[in-house]
Amino acid sequence: MSPRPGFVLEVDRSMPPTLIWHGEGFRLERLPVGSRVVYPPESRPPLDDPDAAIRHALLNPLGDSQPLPALLRAGMRLTIAFDDISLPLPPMRSPDIRQQVIEAVLDMAAEAGVDDVVLVAALALHRRMTEPELRHIVGDRVYDAFAPHGLLTQHDAEDPDGMLHLGLTDEGEDVEINRRAATSDLLVYVNIDLVPMDGGHKSVATGLASYRSLRHHHNVRTMQHSRSFMDQHRSELHSSNWRMGRHIAASGVNVFQIETTLNNDTFPDQFRFLQRREWEWSVRDRAGFLAVSKSLDRTPERLARSIFQSIRAPHAVTSVQAGEVEAVHAQATEHLLAQQGVDVAGQTDVLTMGLPYLCPYNVNSVMNPILVMCLGLGYLFNMYRGKPLVRPGGALIMSHPTPWAFDPVHHPSYIDFFEQVLAETTDPLEIEAKYEESFATDPWYIHLYRTGHAYHGVHPFYMWYWGAHALDHLGGVIIVGGDPAAVRRLGFKPASSMADALEMASDVVGPDPTLTHLHVPPLLMAEVT
Amino acid sequence: MKALLFERNIPRYAAARVVSSLGSGRGVTVAPLKLTDIDEPDLPGPGWTRVRPRLAGICGSDLTTLDGKSSRYFEPIVSLPFVPGHEVVGDVEGPHGEVAGRVVIEPVLGCLARGVDPPCPACAVGDTGGCERVAFGHLKAGLQTGYCADTGGGWSERLVAHSSQLHPVPERLSDEAAVMVEPAACAVHAALAAGEMEGSSVVVLGAGTLGLCTIAALRQLTLPGTLLAGAKHPAQRQLASALGADLVVDPNEVPRAVRRLTRSLAAGAQLTGGADVVLDCVGSADSIEHALSVVRPRGRVILVGMPGTARIDLTPLWHREISLTGAYAYGREAAGTNGARPRTFDLAFDLVVQAGLDRLVSAHYPLERFHDAVEHAGSAGRRGATKVVFDLREQPRWRKTGAAG
Repeated sequence: MSPRPGFVLEVDRSMPPTLIWHGEGFRLERLPVGSRVVYPPESRPPLDDPDAAIRHALLNPLGDSQPLPALLRAGMRLTIAFDDISLPLPPMRSPDIRQQVIEAVLDMAAEAGVDDVVLVAALALHRRMTEPELRHIVGDRVYDAFAPHGLLTQHDAEDPDGMLHLGLTDEGEDVEINRRAATSDLLVYVNIDLVPMDGGHKSVATGLASYRSLRHHHNVRTMQHSRSFMDQHRSELHSSNWRMGRHIAASGVNVFQIETTLNNDTFPDQFRFLQRREWEWSVRDRAGFLAVSKSLDRTPERLARSIFQSIRAPHAVTSVQAGEVEAVHAQATEHLLAQQGVDVAGQTDVLTMGLPYLCPYNVNSVMNPILVMCLGLGYLFNMYRGKPLVRPGGALIMSHPTPWAFDPVHHPSYIDFFEQVLAETTDPLEIEAKYEESFATDPWYIHLYRTGHAYHGVHPFYMWYWGAHALDHLGGVIIVGGDPAAVRRLGFKPASSMADALEMASDVVGPDPTLTHLHVPPLLMAEVT
Repeated sequence: MKALLFERNIPRYAAARVVSSLGSGRGVTVAPLKLTDIDEPDLPGPGWTRVRPRLAGICGSDLTTLDGKSSRYFEPIVSLPFVPGHEVVGDVEGPHGEVAGRVVIEPVLGCLARGVDPPCPACAVGDTGGCERVAFGHLKAGLQTGYCADTGGGWSERLVAHSSQLHPVPERLSDEAAVMVEPAACAVHAALAAGEMEGSSVVVLGAGTLGLCTIAALRQLTLPGTLLAGAKHPAQRQLASALGADLVVDPNEVPRAVRRLTRSLAAGAQLTGGADVVLDCVGSADSIEHALSVVRPRGRVILVGMPGTARIDLTPLWHREISLTGAYAYGREAAGTNGARPRTFDLAFDLVVQAGLDRLVSAHYPLERFHDAVEHAGSAGRRGATKVVFDLREQPRWRKTGAAG
């Protein structure tokens, strides 16, 4: 039986309370009668034999690419780049699909006699990963074969000798990427596409780039002119990456792209109720919800965080495609939308969403307030094609504890951004003009990025810019159950309950507003007409 | 006349130390300070005159005394019993009891006031803050009016002052502005004691009266590159900004802010670089250690707040060759053109006007409510206040102004 598609439910009196994420916990809320709840589609069936699918994709590439074995020869320089720990969410159970793909590529390279192989984690300006995190992605076999010899590397965008400037695009954008990748005879990039923004030319042009290059598309103007940046045809972010990707190809860099997609199996069995629609909860689902909720109520915050961070998703692979970048990405996007797409008719006055404990940038650490903003206004708000779910001037209500808490190892520049920059202004354009460069070039942040496990100094700016389109579009943002001081520092309004938040929202959108609840995760892509 | 008298009473002093652990200013309830009727002080000699205080401020050093926490260092250079109050604007009394002009008192009791002739080397050049005779001459020991048994102090209806201590107050100045001249003079001296400042990164720790006046003095009299202030309370933060700080942060955020400002690295809690100059307007062990951790190698730390006894790790002082210096009182400053050395108080008058420091006067109390007044001063920052004063004007009244809570 094929999985049921996502759908939009209208809340009536018989509808049980809706489950809403709230950081390391969740709440049940009775939404007003007449509200809409947008549910993601059920998980699509996985590939029966991912290893066979990988091999098939490598031997039958898309676009004008030759099969991978034909591109491999003894004496060549081969670089394999792969997505970092920000994908997928939560981290998937072993074996990670990247491990399977990398092993298949290495097998073919070995058969061809290639012995100059370097692996590069495509961090862009993300934090360096720890050994266990790297082992989880590439597997012990690959790690032990490459890491001790310095052949499993992590991209260092601040290494003056490790970057190569490939010139400017026809719109004057600097293209500067990892020197090893740029000077290899073949660059294989191994992706996981969790959302349509991932993959395509963004893989190399962003994942292996420098600040000098990234600033051309990771900026406020780009974000404000993308409708949305999950829609590659209406995204300035994509346009710029595509220009850069084509420039990279024209510069002689030979990229063999491999993109994989996953199904919606986001949570393990004990959290099965999170994947099901409330009115279909079985006795087992109810018991699961009660057991998890009650134990979370009694669990200290830090312990709850560590429990959630240890979750490994039972994601299964739904497609593997390889070959020429644009052809590969087009097909991967189709698979992704087949899993996540939900048709929604018309916009709403008020959009509500529960934010979970995790976003791409706090794996194994705390979700700080800036990441709360980014997850809500940057990611979930933008999970649309066509039009935003909420009308211009509408209100967004998010549910999250939003603690005034930061991981000083992973997010040192975030602390200063929150304490100093946001204390002065929350306007993305003003922030960009006044502060970005000084954070981006701060030697301490650069030191921590290069030698520790810190996100680059400019990263909190990018998180803020990610929400620039939503800030522009919305009439107000309310956070339910958040630390009031932290919420106010973000420029939002705190509410103690959903009922209070709805009353506050009526100040923005008027009485009797229409309300739509985005029931994620698992993720969905609203196709709003 | 009515006066608040501070007497020698060791048990009460010790009790004040205990009670003040509940909060600054709380020690006044048991301290050896009482409202009493005493004789007006005698004129010590020629050149002396009586002054009727109009407003008299409560200073941080007064709070330290009333909280039983003042250093034993002061024992030989004060004389008991004394009437506190050295931030004074008042009326000079003529020979027949008439008002003969409004003045601010420069409280340091230097050689001229003490009848020491010839004066000590410091007083000879006008640096009265460095007087070497504060316990000698025809006056009892006392480094300032307000700590000397012979002169009286501002927390009373009469005191005596030497003509060298009197600064006429221009008509246009309110009493509130005038009472700020003395703390402003301390700030002027501190700002100028910090030396060459142009283009420097400067940090001011603390945003009480002294910290705020210092920020204003630095902004008006020097040319700092960037002026960063550490302020604990919202009202202090607003005032620090208004008076010229480029960046105001919570005290806990100062190291991070200085690191960002100076693009320094950090090794543990110690910055590898840091600010060129740090003025500590708190004077606690914590604030001094804070200052030493955020000043650059070979930078300058100036103690403006009264430090008292403190246990401090001086390793960074040694390792980074930091200059640690104090800034006490006033005299003359090397700030004039053509080698002129204007009096600190003259510069302070200008500063009070230019920076509008009268806005720092937050609450007025009559002497009768001295418990409330001192407790208010002790919790001023938390209550949104800055300077608390005793109001001794002809029709005694008390009122609250500004954000004072």
